[in-house]
Amino acid sequence: MIAEKGRLNRIRTRLLFTGPTLFAFTTVMILPFVFGIYLTFTNWDGISTELTFVAFENYVSVFQDTEFWKSFYLTLKFVGATVVGINVVAFGLAYLLTSGLKGQSVFRAGFFVPNLIGGIVLGFIWQFIFSNVLVYLGKTYDIGLFRASWLSTPDKALWALIIVTVWQYAGYMMVIYVAGLMNVPKDILEAASIDGASGWTRLRRMVLPMIVPSFIVCIFLSLQRGFLVYDVNFALTKGGPFKSTEMVAMHVYEKAFRSHDYGVGQAEAFILFLLVTAVTLVQVYFSKKMEVEA
Amino acid sequence: MKAAGDKASVSWAPLTLLTAGLFLFIVPFILLFVNSFKANKHITSSPLSLPTDWNLSNYTSAFAKMNYMDAFVNSVIITACSVLLLALFSSMTAHYFVRHQTRFNQYTFFLMLSSMIIPFQALMIPLVKIYGSIGMLDSKWSLIYMYIGFGSAMAVFIYHGFVKGIPAELEEAAMMDGCTRTQTFFRIVFPVLTPTTTTIAILNVIWIWNDFLLPSLVLVEPEERTLPLSTFYFFGTYTVDYGPLMAGLMLTILPVIVVYLFAQRYIIQGVMQGSIK
Repeated sequence: MIAEKGRLNRIRTRLLFTGPTLFAFTTVMILPFVFGIYLTFTNWDGISTELTFVAFENYVSVFQDTEFWKSFYLTLKFVGATVVGINVVAFGLAYLLTSGLKGQSVFRAGFFVPNLIGGIVLGFIWQFIFSNVLVYLGKTYDIGLFRASWLSTPDKALWALIIVTVWQYAGYMMVIYVAGLMNVPKDILEAASIDGASGWTRLRRMVLPMIVPSFIVCIFLSLQRGFLVYDVNFALTKGGPFKSTEMVAMHVYEKAFRSHDYGVGQAEAFILFLLVTAVTLVQVYFSKKMEVEA
Repeated sequence: MKAAGDKASVSWAPLTLLTAGLFLFIVPFILLFVNSFKANKHITSSPLSLPTDWNLSNYTSAFAKMNYMDAFVNSVIITACSVLLLALFSSMTAHYFVRHQTRFNQYTFFLMLSSMIIPFQALMIPLVKIYGSIGMLDSKWSLIYMYIGFGSAMAVFIYHGFVKGIPAELEEAAMMDGCTRTQTFFRIVFPVLTPTTTTIAILNVIWIWNDFLLPSLVLVEPEERTLPLSTFYFFGTYTVDYGPLMAGLMLTILPVIVVYLFAQRYIIQGVMQGSIK
Protein backbone atom coordinates (compact mmCIF):
# COMPACT_ATOMS: atom_id res chain seq x y z
CA MET A 1 0.00 0.00 0.00
CA ILE A 2 1.20 3.44 -0.89
CA ALA A 3 0.94 6.05 1.85
CA GLU A 4 2.51 9.40 2.55
CA LYS A 5 4.52 10.19 5.62
CA GLY A 6 2.66 12.12 8.26
CA ARG A 7 -0.97 12.28 9.21
CA LEU A 8 -1.50 15.76 7.77
CA ASN A 9 -0.22 14.72 4.37
CA ARG A 10 -2.51 11.71 4.33
CA ILE A 11 -5.53 13.82 5.15
CA ARG A 12 -4.59 16.30 2.45
CA THR A 13 -4.31 13.55 -0.16
CA ARG A 14 -7.61 12.04 0.87
CA LEU A 15 -9.36 15.40 0.63
CA LEU A 16 -7.81 16.15 -2.73
CA PHE A 17 -8.70 12.76 -4.21
CA THR A 18 -12.12 12.11 -2.76
CA GLY A 19 -13.26 15.50 -1.44
CA PRO A 20 -14.85 17.07 -4.55
CA THR A 21 -16.62 13.87 -5.64
CA LEU A 22 -17.96 12.96 -2.24
CA PHE A 23 -19.04 16.52 -1.47
CA ALA A 24 -21.00 16.81 -4.73
CA PHE A 25 -22.38 13.28 -4.39
CA THR A 26 -23.55 13.87 -0.83
CA THR A 27 -25.11 17.26 -1.41
CA VAL A 28 -26.78 16.39 -4.72
CA MET A 29 -27.90 12.78 -4.17
CA ILE A 30 -27.88 11.80 -0.50
CA LEU A 31 -29.03 15.04 1.10
CA PRO A 32 -32.01 15.56 -1.26
CA PHE A 33 -32.93 11.90 -0.89
CA VAL A 34 -33.05 12.07 2.89
CA PHE A 35 -34.68 15.49 2.87
CA GLY A 36 -37.18 14.13 0.33
CA ILE A 37 -38.29 11.43 2.75
CA TYR A 38 -38.81 14.14 5.36
CA LEU A 39 -40.78 16.22 2.83
CA THR A 40 -43.29 13.40 2.40
CA PHE A 41 -44.39 14.05 5.99
CA THR A 42 -44.91 17.79 5.55
CA ASN A 43 -47.29 19.93 3.56
CA TRP A 44 -45.10 22.23 1.52
CA ASP A 45 -46.89 24.35 -1.08
CA GLY A 46 -43.74 25.43 -2.86
CA ILE A 47 -43.85 29.00 -1.62
CA SER A 48 -43.96 29.20 2.17
CA THR A 49 -40.70 28.82 4.02
CA GLU A 50 -42.26 26.87 6.84
CA LEU A 51 -42.95 23.19 6.69
CA THR A 52 -45.79 21.81 8.79
CA PHE A 53 -45.51 18.25 9.94
CA VAL A 54 -48.59 16.32 8.81
CA ALA A 55 -47.52 12.73 9.60
CA PHE A 56 -49.00 10.27 7.12
CA GLU A 57 -51.56 12.62 5.60
CA ASN A 58 -49.71 12.77 2.26
CA TYR A 59 -49.60 9.01 1.99
CA VAL A 60 -53.33 8.87 2.67
CA SER A 61 -53.81 11.41 -0.13
CA VAL A 62 -51.70 9.27 -2.44
CA PHE A 63 -53.98 6.32 -1.85
CA GLN A 64 -56.99 8.50 -2.57
CA ASP A 65 -55.45 10.03 -5.69
CA THR A 66 -57.20 7.94 -8.36
CA GLU A 67 -55.27 9.72 -11.12
CA PHE A 68 -52.03 8.49 -9.58
CA TRP A 69 -53.18 4.87 -9.59
CA LYS A 70 -54.50 5.26 -13.09
CA SER A 71 -51.14 6.48 -14.29
CA PHE A 72 -49.49 3.76 -12.24
CA TYR A 73 -51.53 1.13 -14.06
CA LEU A 74 -50.85 2.80 -17.42
CA THR A 75 -47.13 2.77 -16.65
CA LEU A 76 -47.24 -0.97 -15.92
CA LYS A 77 -48.94 -1.58 -19.27
CA PHE A 78 -46.48 0.70 -21.00
CA VAL A 79 -43.45 -0.94 -19.35
CA GLY A 80 -44.69 -4.42 -20.22
CA ALA A 81 -45.14 -3.53 -23.88
CA THR A 82 -41.90 -1.58 -24.25
CA VAL A 83 -39.67 -4.11 -22.48
CA VAL A 84 -40.90 -6.84 -24.82
CA GLY A 85 -40.82 -4.58 -27.89
CA ILE A 86 -37.38 -3.10 -27.27
CA ASN A 87 -35.73 -6.41 -26.54
CA VAL A 88 -37.32 -8.36 -29.38
CA VAL A 89 -36.40 -5.69 -31.93
CA ALA A 90 -32.94 -5.10 -30.44
CA PHE A 91 -32.08 -8.79 -30.30
CA GLY A 92 -33.40 -9.37 -33.81
CA LEU A 93 -31.31 -6.55 -35.22
CA ALA A 94 -28.22 -7.65 -33.29
CA TYR A 95 -28.64 -11.25 -34.47
CA LEU A 96 -28.92 -10.20 -38.10
CA LEU A 97 -25.98 -7.82 -37.70
CA THR A 98 -23.61 -10.46 -36.36
CA SER A 99 -24.31 -12.99 -39.08
CA GLY A 100 -21.34 -11.80 -41.14
CA LEU A 101 -23.00 -9.39 -43.55
CA LYS A 102 -21.18 -6.66 -45.39
CA GLY A 103 -21.87 -3.10 -44.30
CA GLN A 104 -22.71 -4.05 -40.73
CA SER A 105 -21.16 -0.94 -39.26
CA VAL A 106 -23.35 1.31 -41.42
CA PHE A 107 -26.45 -0.48 -40.13
CA ARG A 108 -25.26 -0.36 -36.53
CA ALA A 109 -24.54 3.33 -36.78
CA GLY A 110 -27.94 3.98 -38.35
CA PHE A 111 -29.99 2.10 -35.78
CA PHE A 112 -28.19 3.89 -32.97
CA VAL A 113 -29.03 7.43 -34.15
CA PRO A 114 -32.20 8.02 -32.04
CA ASN A 115 -30.17 7.55 -28.84
CA LEU A 116 -28.01 10.53 -29.64
CA ILE A 117 -30.95 12.86 -29.72
CA GLY A 118 -32.88 14.03 -26.72
CA GLY A 119 -36.34 12.71 -25.90
CA ILE A 120 -37.88 16.16 -26.23
CA VAL A 121 -36.76 16.50 -29.85
CA LEU A 122 -37.72 12.91 -30.69
CA GLY A 123 -41.16 13.49 -29.17
CA PHE A 124 -41.73 16.58 -31.30
CA ILE A 125 -40.60 14.85 -34.49
CA TRP A 126 -43.02 11.98 -33.91
CA GLN A 127 -45.77 14.35 -32.92
CA PHE A 128 -45.46 15.80 -36.40
CA ILE A 129 -45.47 12.32 -37.96
CA PHE A 130 -48.50 11.07 -36.05
CA SER A 131 -50.63 14.14 -36.40
CA ASN A 132 -49.63 15.22 -39.92
CA VAL A 133 -47.82 12.66 -42.02
CA LEU A 134 -49.87 9.61 -41.02
CA VAL A 135 -53.16 11.50 -41.14
CA TYR A 136 -52.22 12.73 -44.60
CA LEU A 137 -51.49 9.16 -45.70
CA GLY A 138 -54.72 7.92 -44.14
CA LYS A 139 -56.82 10.48 -45.97
CA THR A 140 -55.04 10.28 -49.32
CA TYR A 141 -54.92 6.49 -49.58
CA ASP A 142 -58.01 5.86 -47.49
CA ILE A 143 -56.32 3.87 -44.74
CA GLY A 144 -58.80 3.67 -41.88
CA LEU A 145 -56.13 3.15 -39.25
CA PHE A 146 -54.54 6.53 -39.90
CA ARG A 147 -57.51 8.68 -40.85
CA ALA A 148 -57.68 10.28 -37.40
CA SER A 149 -54.56 11.26 -35.50
CA TRP A 150 -53.44 8.55 -33.10
CA LEU A 151 -52.51 11.23 -30.62
CA SER A 152 -56.13 12.29 -30.19
CA THR A 153 -57.51 8.79 -29.51
CA PRO A 154 -56.80 7.51 -25.98
CA ASP A 155 -56.04 3.86 -26.86
CA LYS A 156 -53.90 4.62 -29.86
CA ALA A 157 -52.02 7.45 -28.15
CA LEU A 158 -50.58 4.92 -25.71
CA TRP A 159 -49.52 2.74 -28.63
CA ALA A 160 -47.94 5.74 -30.30
CA LEU A 161 -45.90 6.32 -27.16
CA ILE A 162 -44.92 2.64 -27.04
CA ILE A 163 -43.83 2.64 -30.69
CA VAL A 164 -41.71 5.76 -30.27
CA THR A 165 -40.07 4.37 -27.12
CA VAL A 166 -39.23 1.07 -28.82
CA TRP A 167 -37.85 2.98 -31.79
CA GLN A 168 -35.83 5.18 -29.44
CA TYR A 169 -34.15 2.48 -27.34
CA ALA A 170 -33.92 -0.55 -29.65
CA GLY A 171 -30.67 0.72 -31.15
CA TYR A 172 -29.06 1.15 -27.76
CA MET A 173 -29.96 -2.32 -26.58
CA MET A 174 -28.90 -3.68 -29.96
CA VAL A 175 -25.37 -2.44 -29.26
CA ILE A 176 -25.34 -4.38 -25.98
CA TYR A 177 -26.64 -7.55 -27.67
CA VAL A 178 -24.06 -7.18 -30.44
CA ALA A 179 -21.33 -7.04 -27.79
CA GLY A 180 -22.75 -10.20 -26.22
CA LEU A 181 -23.12 -12.05 -29.50
CA MET A 182 -19.57 -11.22 -30.55
CA ASN A 183 -18.34 -13.02 -27.44
CA VAL A 184 -20.03 -16.26 -28.46
CA PRO A 185 -17.18 -18.43 -29.74
CA LYS A 186 -17.59 -19.03 -33.48
CA ASP A 187 -15.83 -22.42 -33.54
CA ILE A 188 -18.36 -23.98 -31.18
CA LEU A 189 -21.21 -22.88 -33.44
CA GLU A 190 -19.39 -24.22 -36.48
CA ALA A 191 -18.82 -27.52 -34.74
CA ALA A 192 -22.52 -27.68 -33.94
CA SER A 193 -23.59 -27.02 -37.50
CA ILE A 194 -21.19 -29.71 -38.75
CA ASP A 195 -22.90 -32.05 -36.30
CA GLY A 196 -26.16 -31.12 -38.01
CA ALA A 197 -27.68 -28.55 -35.65
CA SER A 198 -30.01 -26.22 -37.56
CA GLY A 199 -29.86 -22.43 -37.23
CA TRP A 200 -32.85 -22.45 -34.92
CA THR A 201 -31.37 -25.14 -32.66
CA ARG A 202 -28.06 -23.32 -32.46
CA LEU A 203 -29.85 -20.10 -31.55
CA ARG A 204 -32.02 -21.69 -28.88
CA ARG A 205 -29.61 -24.18 -27.35
CA MET A 206 -26.29 -22.39 -27.68
CA VAL A 207 -26.50 -18.69 -28.46
CA LEU A 208 -29.33 -17.69 -26.13
CA PRO A 209 -27.91 -19.38 -23.01
CA MET A 210 -24.53 -17.83 -23.69
CA ILE A 211 -25.80 -14.27 -23.85
CA VAL A 212 -27.98 -14.34 -20.74
CA PRO A 213 -25.83 -11.54 -19.22
CA SER A 214 -26.73 -9.26 -22.16
CA PHE A 215 -30.41 -10.02 -21.63
CA ILE A 216 -30.10 -9.16 -17.97
CA VAL A 217 -28.49 -5.80 -18.68
CA CYS A 218 -30.95 -4.92 -21.45
CA ILE A 219 -34.06 -5.91 -19.53
CA PHE A 220 -32.79 -4.02 -16.52
CA LEU A 221 -32.15 -0.88 -18.57
CA SER A 222 -35.43 -1.04 -20.47
CA LEU A 223 -37.40 -1.62 -17.27
CA GLN A 224 -35.77 1.31 -15.58
CA ARG A 225 -36.20 3.64 -18.54
CA GLY A 226 -39.79 2.53 -18.97
CA PHE A 227 -40.76 3.35 -15.41
CA LEU A 228 -39.11 6.74 -15.55
CA VAL A 229 -40.14 7.82 -19.05
CA TYR A 230 -40.72 11.56 -19.14
CA ASP A 231 -39.20 13.56 -22.02
CA VAL A 232 -40.80 11.67 -24.90
CA ASN A 233 -44.07 11.40 -22.98
CA PHE A 234 -44.09 15.14 -22.40
CA ALA A 235 -43.20 16.17 -25.94
CA LEU A 236 -45.31 13.59 -27.78
CA THR A 237 -48.62 13.56 -25.93
CA LYS A 238 -48.30 15.82 -22.88
CA GLY A 239 -50.14 13.00 -21.10
CA GLY A 240 -53.24 13.43 -23.22
CA PRO A 241 -55.79 12.92 -24.55
CA PHE A 242 -57.69 12.91 -21.26
CA LYS A 243 -54.64 11.75 -19.29
CA SER A 244 -54.68 8.50 -21.24
CA THR A 245 -50.89 8.58 -21.58
CA GLU A 246 -49.83 10.30 -18.38
CA MET A 247 -47.07 8.03 -17.05
CA VAL A 248 -46.19 7.98 -13.40
CA ALA A 249 -43.07 10.15 -13.73
CA MET A 250 -45.11 12.83 -15.45
CA HIS A 251 -47.88 12.60 -12.89
CA VAL A 252 -45.37 13.25 -10.09
CA TYR A 253 -44.12 16.33 -11.91
CA GLU A 254 -47.63 17.64 -12.51
CA LYS A 255 -48.67 16.98 -8.94
CA ALA A 256 -45.73 18.85 -7.46
CA PHE A 257 -44.98 21.68 -9.85
CA ARG A 258 -48.36 22.33 -11.46
CA SER A 259 -50.78 21.64 -8.60
CA HIS A 260 -48.28 22.86 -5.97
CA ASP A 261 -48.85 19.73 -3.96
CA TYR A 262 -45.22 19.12 -3.16
CA GLY A 263 -45.77 16.86 -0.16
CA VAL A 264 -48.08 14.50 -2.03
CA GLY A 265 -45.91 14.72 -5.14
CA GLN A 266 -42.85 13.73 -3.15
CA ALA A 267 -44.73 10.88 -1.48
CA GLU A 268 -45.69 9.62 -4.95
CA ALA A 269 -42.09 9.99 -6.09
CA PHE A 270 -41.01 7.95 -3.10
CA ILE A 271 -43.50 5.22 -3.96
CA LEU A 272 -42.10 5.26 -7.49
CA PHE A 273 -38.63 4.81 -6.00
CA LEU A 274 -39.81 1.84 -3.93
CA LEU A 275 -41.43 0.30 -7.01
CA VAL A 276 -38.31 0.67 -9.16
CA THR A 277 -36.16 -0.75 -6.36
CA ALA A 278 -38.48 -3.72 -5.87
CA VAL A 279 -38.63 -4.50 -9.58
CA THR A 280 -34.85 -4.23 -9.86
CA LEU A 281 -34.24 -6.54 -6.91
CA VAL A 282 -36.73 -9.11 -8.19
CA GLN A 283 -35.16 -8.96 -11.62
CA VAL A 284 -31.62 -9.30 -10.31
CA TYR A 285 -32.72 -12.25 -8.15
CA PHE A 286 -34.34 -14.14 -11.02
CA SER A 287 -31.64 -13.37 -13.53
CA LYS A 288 -28.94 -14.59 -11.13
CA LYS A 289 -30.86 -17.86 -10.88
CA MET A 290 -31.11 -18.10 -14.66
CA GLU A 291 -27.44 -17.41 -15.08
CA VAL A 292 -26.56 -20.34 -12.84
CA GLU A 293 -28.81 -22.69 -14.78
CA ALA A 294 -27.52 -21.51 -18.14
CA MET B 1 -34.83 -16.14 -39.65
CA LYS B 2 -35.89 -19.39 -41.22
CA ALA B 3 -34.27 -22.58 -40.07
CA ALA B 4 -31.39 -23.98 -42.11
CA GLY B 5 -32.51 -22.47 -45.42
CA ASP B 6 -30.45 -22.90 -48.55
CA LYS B 7 -27.34 -20.76 -48.83
CA ALA B 8 -28.69 -18.33 -51.44
CA SER B 9 -31.72 -17.21 -49.46
CA VAL B 10 -29.72 -16.82 -46.26
CA SER B 11 -27.64 -13.97 -47.61
CA TRP B 12 -30.33 -11.72 -49.00
CA ALA B 13 -33.12 -12.23 -46.47
CA PRO B 14 -31.35 -10.56 -43.53
CA LEU B 15 -30.11 -7.80 -45.81
CA THR B 16 -33.64 -6.96 -46.95
CA LEU B 17 -34.94 -7.07 -43.40
CA LEU B 18 -32.17 -4.82 -42.17
CA THR B 19 -32.58 -2.35 -45.00
CA ALA B 20 -36.30 -2.11 -44.34
CA GLY B 21 -35.57 -1.70 -40.63
CA LEU B 22 -32.99 0.98 -41.24
CA PHE B 23 -35.45 2.83 -43.44
CA LEU B 24 -38.00 2.83 -40.59
CA PHE B 25 -35.35 4.11 -38.21
CA ILE B 26 -34.21 6.92 -40.43
CA VAL B 27 -37.45 8.01 -42.09
CA PRO B 28 -38.51 10.41 -39.30
CA PHE B 29 -35.30 12.34 -39.80
CA ILE B 30 -35.71 12.39 -43.58
CA LEU B 31 -39.24 13.75 -43.19
CA LEU B 32 -37.97 16.39 -40.80
CA PHE B 33 -35.20 17.41 -43.18
CA VAL B 34 -37.46 17.60 -46.22
CA ASN B 35 -40.16 19.62 -44.48
CA SER B 36 -37.75 22.04 -42.87
CA PHE B 37 -37.39 23.76 -46.25
CA LYS B 38 -41.08 24.10 -47.04
CA ALA B 39 -43.63 26.76 -46.34
CA ASN B 40 -46.29 26.01 -43.73
CA LYS B 41 -49.07 25.52 -46.30
CA HIS B 42 -46.99 23.10 -48.29
CA ILE B 43 -46.10 21.06 -45.17
CA THR B 44 -49.69 20.42 -44.12
CA SER B 45 -51.06 19.84 -47.63
CA SER B 46 -48.33 17.41 -48.74
CA PRO B 47 -45.89 16.39 -46.02
CA LEU B 48 -44.24 13.78 -48.22
CA SER B 49 -43.34 15.90 -51.23
CA LEU B 50 -39.92 17.40 -51.82
CA PRO B 51 -39.63 21.17 -51.41
CA THR B 52 -40.05 23.15 -54.63
CA ASP B 53 -37.22 25.48 -53.78
CA TRP B 54 -34.71 24.74 -51.04
CA ASN B 55 -35.50 27.88 -49.12
CA LEU B 56 -33.47 28.64 -46.03
CA SER B 57 -35.88 31.22 -44.62
CA ASN B 58 -37.26 28.75 -42.05
CA TYR B 59 -33.74 28.28 -40.76
CA THR B 60 -32.95 31.96 -40.45
CA SER B 61 -36.20 32.62 -38.62
CA ALA B 62 -35.78 29.62 -36.27
CA PHE B 63 -32.16 30.56 -35.64
CA ALA B 64 -33.18 34.02 -34.49
CA LYS B 65 -36.29 33.06 -32.54
CA MET B 66 -34.60 30.21 -30.69
CA ASN B 67 -31.67 32.39 -29.69
CA TYR B 68 -29.74 29.53 -31.17
CA MET B 69 -26.23 30.87 -30.66
CA ASP B 70 -26.75 31.56 -26.95
CA ALA B 71 -28.39 28.21 -26.34
CA PHE B 72 -25.66 26.41 -28.25
CA VAL B 73 -22.88 28.13 -26.31
CA ASN B 74 -24.66 27.41 -23.00
CA SER B 75 -25.00 23.75 -23.93
CA VAL B 76 -21.33 23.53 -24.90
CA ILE B 77 -20.15 25.20 -21.68
CA ILE B 78 -22.38 23.09 -19.46
CA THR B 79 -21.58 19.80 -21.18
CA ALA B 80 -17.83 20.41 -21.46
CA CYS B 81 -17.31 21.64 -17.90
CA SER B 82 -19.49 18.92 -16.36
CA VAL B 83 -17.83 16.11 -18.27
CA LEU B 84 -14.27 17.33 -17.73
CA LEU B 85 -14.69 17.83 -14.00
CA LEU B 86 -16.67 14.63 -13.63
CA ALA B 87 -13.95 12.59 -15.32
CA LEU B 88 -11.19 14.26 -13.31
CA PHE B 89 -12.81 13.99 -9.88
CA SER B 90 -14.26 10.52 -10.42
CA SER B 91 -11.03 9.00 -11.66
CA MET B 92 -9.16 10.40 -8.65
CA THR B 93 -11.78 9.06 -6.26
CA ALA B 94 -11.91 5.65 -7.90
CA HIS B 95 -8.15 5.46 -7.79
CA TYR B 96 -8.09 6.38 -4.12
CA PHE B 97 -10.79 3.81 -3.33
CA VAL B 98 -8.88 1.04 -5.08
CA ARG B 99 -5.54 1.84 -3.46
CA HIS B 100 -6.93 2.42 0.04
CA GLN B 101 -9.45 -0.31 0.69
CA THR B 102 -10.37 0.77 4.17
CA ARG B 103 -13.76 -0.13 5.53
CA PHE B 104 -14.92 3.49 5.23
CA ASN B 105 -13.95 3.64 1.57
CA GLN B 106 -15.64 0.35 0.83
CA TYR B 107 -18.87 1.45 2.46
CA THR B 108 -18.77 4.76 0.63
CA PHE B 109 -18.23 2.98 -2.66
CA PHE B 110 -21.12 0.67 -1.91
CA LEU B 111 -23.33 3.64 -1.02
CA MET B 112 -22.49 5.25 -4.37
CA LEU B 113 -23.31 2.03 -6.20
CA SER B 114 -26.67 1.62 -4.54
CA SER B 115 -27.54 5.28 -5.12
CA MET B 116 -27.68 4.55 -8.84
CA ILE B 117 -31.09 3.01 -8.29
CA ILE B 118 -32.64 6.30 -7.10
CA PRO B 119 -34.79 7.78 -9.88
CA PHE B 120 -34.35 11.47 -10.59
CA GLN B 121 -38.06 12.01 -9.89
CA ALA B 122 -37.48 11.12 -6.24
CA LEU B 123 -34.85 13.85 -5.94
CA MET B 124 -36.17 16.70 -8.03
CA ILE B 125 -38.59 18.21 -5.52
CA PRO B 126 -36.17 18.34 -2.56
CA LEU B 127 -33.46 19.49 -4.96
CA VAL B 128 -35.51 22.50 -6.02
CA LYS B 129 -36.45 23.19 -2.40
CA ILE B 130 -32.88 23.01 -1.04
CA TYR B 131 -31.07 24.80 -3.82
CA GLY B 132 -33.85 27.33 -4.25
CA SER B 133 -33.70 28.33 -0.59
CA ILE B 134 -29.96 29.00 -0.74
CA GLY B 135 -30.30 30.87 -4.03
CA MET B 136 -28.39 28.35 -6.10
CA LEU B 137 -30.96 27.91 -8.85
CA ASP B 138 -30.77 29.71 -12.16
CA SER B 139 -27.11 29.49 -12.93
CA LYS B 140 -25.26 27.18 -15.24
CA TRP B 141 -22.60 26.70 -12.61
CA SER B 142 -25.13 25.18 -10.20
CA LEU B 143 -26.26 22.91 -13.01
CA ILE B 144 -22.67 21.79 -13.68
CA TYR B 145 -22.24 21.11 -9.98
CA MET B 146 -25.38 18.97 -9.96
CA TYR B 147 -24.26 16.98 -12.99
CA ILE B 148 -21.03 16.16 -11.13
CA GLY B 149 -23.09 14.92 -8.20
CA PHE B 150 -25.52 12.90 -10.29
CA GLY B 151 -22.88 11.48 -12.61
CA SER B 152 -20.23 10.62 -10.03
CA ALA B 153 -21.64 7.25 -8.93
CA MET B 154 -21.56 5.66 -12.37
CA ALA B 155 -18.23 7.28 -13.31
CA VAL B 156 -16.53 6.14 -10.10
CA PHE B 157 -17.96 2.66 -10.67
CA ILE B 158 -16.62 2.37 -14.22
CA TYR B 159 -13.21 3.85 -13.31
CA HIS B 160 -13.01 1.56 -10.27
CA GLY B 161 -13.18 -1.50 -12.49
CA PHE B 162 -10.32 -0.30 -14.67
CA VAL B 163 -8.03 1.08 -11.95
CA LYS B 164 -8.01 -2.40 -10.43
CA GLY B 165 -6.29 -3.58 -13.59
CA ILE B 166 -3.35 -1.18 -13.18
CA PRO B 167 -0.47 -2.81 -11.27
CA ALA B 168 0.32 -0.95 -8.05
CA GLU B 169 4.04 -1.56 -8.65
CA LEU B 170 3.90 0.95 -11.47
CA GLU B 171 2.91 3.68 -9.05
CA GLU B 172 5.25 2.53 -6.31
CA ALA B 173 8.15 2.77 -8.75
CA ALA B 174 7.16 6.30 -9.66
CA MET B 175 6.99 7.28 -6.01
CA MET B 176 10.40 5.72 -5.34
CA ASP B 177 11.71 7.99 -8.07
CA GLY B 178 10.43 10.95 -6.10
CA CYS B 179 6.97 11.62 -7.54
CA THR B 180 4.40 12.84 -5.05
CA ARG B 181 1.05 11.10 -4.82
CA THR B 182 -0.59 13.71 -7.04
CA GLN B 183 2.18 13.68 -9.61
CA THR B 184 1.99 9.90 -9.79
CA PHE B 185 -1.71 10.10 -10.51
CA PHE B 186 -1.45 12.69 -13.24
CA ARG B 187 1.71 11.37 -14.90
CA ILE B 188 1.13 7.64 -14.65
CA VAL B 189 -2.44 6.66 -13.78
CA PHE B 190 -4.59 9.20 -15.58
CA PRO B 191 -2.88 8.69 -18.98
CA VAL B 192 -3.28 4.92 -18.64
CA LEU B 193 -6.99 5.46 -18.02
CA THR B 194 -7.54 7.34 -21.30
CA PRO B 195 -9.75 4.66 -22.92
CA THR B 196 -11.98 4.62 -19.84
CA THR B 197 -12.08 8.41 -19.82
CA THR B 198 -13.25 8.31 -23.43
CA THR B 199 -16.05 5.92 -22.49
CA ILE B 200 -17.09 8.08 -19.52
CA ALA B 201 -16.97 11.21 -21.66
CA ILE B 202 -19.13 9.69 -24.42
CA LEU B 203 -21.81 8.37 -22.07
CA ASN B 204 -22.01 11.62 -20.13
CA VAL B 205 -21.94 13.91 -23.17
CA ILE B 206 -24.95 12.06 -24.63
CA TRP B 207 -26.80 12.35 -21.33
CA ILE B 208 -25.95 15.95 -20.39
CA TRP B 209 -26.23 17.42 -23.88
CA ASN B 210 -29.77 16.04 -24.28
CA ASP B 211 -31.02 16.36 -20.72
CA PHE B 212 -34.24 18.28 -20.37
CA LEU B 213 -35.83 17.86 -16.95
CA LEU B 214 -32.94 19.00 -14.74
CA PRO B 215 -32.10 22.14 -16.76
CA SER B 216 -35.80 22.95 -16.96
CA LEU B 217 -35.92 22.98 -13.15
CA VAL B 218 -32.64 24.76 -12.56
CA LEU B 219 -32.39 27.32 -15.36
CA VAL B 220 -35.15 29.89 -15.17
CA GLU B 221 -33.78 32.86 -17.11
CA PRO B 222 -34.10 32.65 -20.93
CA GLU B 223 -30.43 33.66 -21.41
CA GLU B 224 -29.26 30.58 -19.53
CA ARG B 225 -31.23 28.07 -21.60
CA THR B 226 -29.63 25.02 -23.12
CA LEU B 227 -30.43 23.75 -26.61
CA PRO B 228 -33.15 21.24 -25.57
CA LEU B 229 -34.78 23.91 -23.40
CA SER B 230 -34.79 26.51 -26.11
CA THR B 231 -36.19 23.95 -28.58
CA PHE B 232 -38.93 23.17 -26.12
CA TYR B 233 -39.92 26.81 -25.56
CA PHE B 234 -39.72 27.50 -29.27
CA PHE B 235 -42.00 24.57 -30.04
CA GLY B 236 -44.38 25.50 -27.27
CA THR B 237 -44.73 29.10 -28.35
CA TYR B 238 -45.02 28.83 -32.13
CA THR B 239 -47.06 25.69 -32.67
CA VAL B 240 -48.90 27.06 -35.69
CA ASP B 241 -46.01 27.66 -38.02
CA TYR B 242 -44.57 24.23 -38.89
CA GLY B 243 -41.83 25.45 -41.24
CA PRO B 244 -39.63 27.18 -38.66
CA LEU B 245 -40.44 24.45 -36.14
CA MET B 246 -39.03 21.77 -38.43
CA ALA B 247 -35.99 23.96 -39.08
CA GLY B 248 -35.59 24.50 -35.34
CA LEU B 249 -35.61 20.76 -34.68
CA MET B 250 -33.09 20.27 -37.50
CA LEU B 251 -30.83 22.92 -35.96
CA THR B 252 -31.01 21.11 -32.61
CA ILE B 253 -29.99 17.74 -33.98
CA LEU B 254 -27.44 19.06 -36.48
CA PRO B 255 -24.46 19.41 -34.08
CA VAL B 256 -25.06 15.89 -32.79
CA ILE B 257 -25.24 14.39 -36.26
CA VAL B 258 -22.07 16.20 -37.37
CA VAL B 259 -20.13 14.91 -34.35
CA TYR B 260 -21.60 11.44 -34.86
CA LEU B 261 -20.45 11.31 -38.49
CA PHE B 262 -16.85 11.78 -37.36
CA ALA B 263 -16.80 9.88 -34.07
CA GLN B 264 -19.39 7.17 -34.79
CA ARG B 265 -16.96 4.29 -34.18
CA TYR B 266 -15.83 5.59 -30.81
CA ILE B 267 -19.34 6.44 -29.69
CA ILE B 268 -20.71 2.96 -30.33
CA GLN B 269 -17.61 1.41 -28.77
CA GLY B 270 -17.95 3.67 -25.75
CA VAL B 271 -21.57 2.68 -25.24
CA MET B 272 -20.61 -0.99 -25.59
CA GLN B 273 -17.89 -0.74 -22.97
CA GLY B 274 -19.99 1.36 -20.64
CA SER B 275 -22.87 -1.09 -20.70
CA ILE B 276 -20.86 -4.27 -20.24
CA LYS B 277 -19.36 -3.00 -16.98
